[in-house]
Amino acid sequence: MTTSSVRVFHKLEGLFSIYKPPGVHWKLVRDTVETNLLKGINAAPPPAPRQRVQFLAEPTSVVAEGSNELILSAASVPALAHHPLVCGPEFQHIGVGVGHRLDIFSSGVLVLGVGQANKALTDLYRSHVTRDYTLEGEFGMATDNFSHTGRLIERTTYDHITRDKLERVLAMMQGSNQKALLTYSKVDMSTQEAYELAVKGELRPDGKSPPIMTGLRLLHFQPPHFTLEVQCLNETQRYLCRILHEMGLELRSTAICKGVRRTRDGPFTLQHALTHQHWTSPDVIQAIQQYRSSRKARKAKCTQPGKDTGTASQIQEMVEEAAVTGDSHRLHSVLTSKAFGS
Amino acid sequence: MALTCIQLCQRCTSLLRSRSVGIITLQYSTDAQHWPAALRNSFIVPVLPSVLQRSQSPCQTRQRWNLGVRSYCESHAKVQPKHRNTDELPGTDMVPYQNPLSHQLRDGGMHLKEWETALDLDDAPGHSALEEISHEEAVRMDIPAALPPVSISLKDYVNGSETLSKLVQLGVQLWKLEQRPNVGSMLLRLDFQTDVTPRLVFLKQLGVEDSRLGHLISHNPFILTESLENLQARVAYLRSKKFSAESVASMVSRAPYLLNFSVKRMDNRLGFYQQQLGLSAQKTRDVVARLPRLLCGSLEPVKENLKICKLEMGFRENELQHIVTVIPKVLTANKRKLTQIFDYIHNTMNIPHDLIVKFPQVLNAKYLRIKERHLFLQYLDKAQYDPAKPNYISLDKLVSLPDEAFCTEVASATLKDFELFQKTISYRQTPGLLRDDTIHEDGDVKEALRRLPEKVYNDRMFRLKRALDLSMKQAVLPKEQWTQYEEDVHYLEPYLKEVIRERKEVEEWSKK
Repeated sequence: MTTSSVRVFHKLEGLFSIYKPPGVHWKLVRDTVETNLLKGINAAPPPAPRQRVQFLAEPTSVVAEGSNELILSAASVPALAHHPLVCGPEFQHIGVGVGHRLDIFSSGVLVLGVGQANKALTDLYRSHVTRDYTLEGEFGMATDNFSHTGRLIERTTYDHITRDKLERVLAMMQGSNQKALLTYSKVDMSTQEAYELAVKGELRPDGKSPPIMTGLRLLHFQPPHFTLEVQCLNETQRYLCRILHEMGLELRSTAICKGVRRTRDGPFTLQHALTHQHWTSPDVIQAIQQYRSSRKARKAKCTQPGKDTGTASQIQEMVEEAAVTGDSHRLHSVLTSKAFGS
Repeated sequence: MALTCIQLCQRCTSLLRSRSVGIITLQYSTDAQHWPAALRNSFIVPVLPSVLQRSQSPCQTRQRWNLGVRSYCESHAKVQPKHRNTDELPGTDMVPYQNPLSHQLRDGGMHLKEWETALDLDDAPGHSALEEISHEEAVRMDIPAALPPVSISLKDYVNGSETLSKLVQLGVQLWKLEQRPNVGSMLLRLDFQTDVTPRLVFLKQLGVEDSRLGHLISHNPFILTESLENLQARVAYLRSKKFSAESVASMVSRAPYLLNFSVKRMDNRLGFYQQQLGLSAQKTRDVVARLPRLLCGSLEPVKENLKICKLEMGFRENELQHIVTVIPKVLTANKRKLTQIFDYIHNTMNIPHDLIVKFPQVLNAKYLRIKERHLFLQYLDKAQYDPAKPNYISLDKLVSLPDEAFCTEVASATLKDFELFQKTISYRQTPGLLRDDTIHEDGDVKEALRRLPEKVYNDRMFRLKRALDLSMKQAVLPKEQWTQYEEDVHYLEPYLKEVIRERKEVEEWSKK
């Protein structure tokens, strides 16, 4: 028998994204979301208390002595063994899974899945979706862990760095990453198939690969501060900080990473990510439904031209579409330029 | 013939189920291989001759079996003191079996302390299992359902136990209590009329509301085992300290463990707060009435928090008194979070001490909330917290208003804008001063500063000079030069610790 709690739980089974604030461990975020969802699930009123029948014999004073009759009266007594105060709320734990993790000092889109949707989570990540990051860097310093949280090792000058020098270095890095992408995609470069895939932008590494940046762009440059936008796969936040450090070295200076912000994780963008005031079950249900409807719309758009590709490449298609159209990017690039323009 | 057989069977099963602990477990022993051999041989069959020696009559039979149900549960509760046994048989705890009926018999039966004294093997038992009983008796026997001897949950006993069902009606959360070690068995052993009712009446007379009784017992089930004299003495002590009746009732209801602590301990704590904070008697009463758990917990965290407020944050005595009277929670707050919030407010938002003392509720707020709202106001160029200047935003409004009110009244923006801004926040920096630059200078700190290496000291002087210069110009450092969070090294800390340690040593020596 499905109680209302179970129905609410089924509605919650899906994928959604939240915005992880900086300075907080991802596990704490996941636990907070789980606690809030449990509150919403158990908030449903409990079912009516069960009754059990107990037979009580009549007291002997009523029954005449020496008679052979026994008069039993039935009493309906509440069965407390299934009372919520005795056995606890119906749901005491739900499985909330985390997609690609973010370390403590990064912020951004974090994909979570509830219940059965955790399987979809693994499928999503096996399909090599790319992620978008906004990296804030600063020239003139080098630290031991390449970010602002480390111990300062070196200070350098950065007056000689100009925008076009920076862009040249970025282009060089993008080139080497493209080459890596081609290598790891394990497609024979001299075939027509390879050409078609490359044209459509569907080249993806086959199996495991080191971190590869599929896109690199300079958003904002005001020495010593600069902001990069990166699209990558198989990365870690630490790797991205190292990229900035290496970029500084290429420019005969040093650089550290001051902020890592994930703006997109596969098909999940910043636009629909839930901020911490909205980590409650009604908002999460709405976010799940939104994701599902948008996915359906994208699927309909993809299957219209008659392509019969698997879900994995479909997701990549959506991803590429999002990257190409750049709607979400425009939004946050506007915001970031305002925020950093001083 | 058949009828007598039925009667015999009924008799056997009733005896087997209700009374004899040992028989049941012997049954288990025949099929359980994992019983230790020693136990199998030496398991004593506890027989309760008091019951067996009594005369038979129908009503007494029923009463006896009814009594048997309850004492059955408690007897098992006693045999297995670890209530959280799993499904394994009670072979691990070899507790000598004690007669549970000793405090159950209310109709003037024999009070037996140890079963050895009562068991007289030469006496013929009053009723044997093979005795014939009349049909009426057989039918009148109320055979209770078999209760499990061992259980990990109280739900198996709740229907049979008056105490447990009444507690559920009160609203006590048994599912939480049964997870605590030994609490489940303790609750089963309680008798509702003699143990629980007097204490509930006492609490009601104290003024605790009916709706709060469940909450109180859920958090502190041991109030039901505390002796009534002690409870009354503690309440009398609180009244003697001029706490009003309503405040005592509210304190007991909000700090469930309050009445479990001795008068001496409560007195010790009250004295500590009055002395340390230097507050008047009335003010101390107010503080304690607002946060009654100050009287329950340990004093060490409070002492550390007070030290932090004085040394690290640099609040003066009277400022600290004011803060504590407005927000008593500062005394029991998490140290790390308190310092993080103060650091952000004082060093990043550049709010001076007197303004923080004027609005102590900022110290009680969430760090993320303060940070997000401040950054939003800064983005809108509205972050102005100085009352002397125009467009002043009070800290109270910054922290206490809900999001929507904050956005419309304070920031003049929509909630959507605020959410969009929240999604652009990455890890931010603090301006060019480090934490130890702003430490309040007392004797220890001066000595520690004297010991700093030259380079560190020069850097500190440079930063302070720059900060003074900027404050004179009413300007802030450009963002490029702001200190990153982890660049904020606590350079003075090791020296300060050294100085304090030396001073304490000197004091110890001079005492002797």
